[in-house]
Amino acid sequence: MKFAVVVFPGSNCDHDAYHAAKHVLGQEAEFVWHKDTDLRGADVVILPGGFSYGDYLRTGAIARYSPVMQAVAAFSATGGPVLGICNGFQVLLEAGLLEGAMLRNARLKFNCEHVHLRVEQTTTPFTARCAPGSVLRIPVAHGEGNYFADPVTLQRLEANGQVIFRYCTAAGEIADAANPNGSLHNIAGICNATRNVVGLMPHPERACETALGSADGLVMFESAIDYVTAGARA
Amino acid sequence: MKVRVFVTLKPSVFDPQGRAIVEALHSMGYGGVGDVRQGKYFELEIDAPSADAASALAAEVADRMLANPVIEGYRLEVEGAR
Repeated sequence: MKFAVVVFPGSNCDHDAYHAAKHVLGQEAEFVWHKDTDLRGADVVILPGGFSYGDYLRTGAIARYSPVMQAVAAFSATGGPVLGICNGFQVLLEAGLLEGAMLRNARLKFNCEHVHLRVEQTTTPFTARCAPGSVLRIPVAHGEGNYFADPVTLQRLEANGQVIFRYCTAAGEIADAANPNGSLHNIAGICNATRNVVGLMPHPERACETALGSADGLVMFESAIDYVTAGARA
Repeated sequence: MKVRVFVTLKPSVFDPQGRAIVEALHSMGYGGVGDVRQGKYFELEIDAPSADAASALAAEVADRMLANPVIEGYRLEVEGAR
């Protein structure tokens, strides 16, 4: 199966995602330039982290109009699994493929550290292999990861089980002290209504080898491989 | 025709940058500054036959790109318009 990693001008975690898919997991992987208009027959699309367009205007605000995003929208509309990591999550929010928006971190700090995430839902292509409620240790690196949605939207996301990851303590407790950026409800990642598009601020691709301090991110890639090889896509 | 676009966070949205600025102002002794909300300002040079047309185009641009409707609102000023 094949992963496509979209490269925007200013993406800088594209190679990490490619490495995880291709070298750690032995899958096909291909970079797709943001001006491309097709996804080269990919089974899974990753929008990687970085600073697309230098974060000009708002994070992800310009990248979301890159030509490739029409192909990503069409791919997701037919049930194709899409994972947005960090800036990729911000691009998905700006594109309206996920709901909500990002604000500057509440304490204005660029947070670059390992955090703990609780897996809230396993009914997505990227969390199917996780144990429900399991805690993953994965790094974050962002200045604008303070998730915001209006109260009605937030309530709907919660009611539909679209909150996929929350920042938590090492023991899995949802606490303010474990929230690195002020995100509402400690939200670290969400999915769309059809559950095939997932965005998260932490970087699973940077946590796929124990030599890097954690291999807890691997499960998201393995889940996606299961999803595609099992033909689970609707 | 020049159109000015002022983008501001919605009142219900917390502004960490504005908070940091007002806290710094207080530490500088400007206790009279109650609050600061940071926004963005754009000047668009628009080729349009009328102020209304320029305003309509600027609004479309603001809706689609300059402001994020989830967290922001905006106000337009068309230069020379009454």
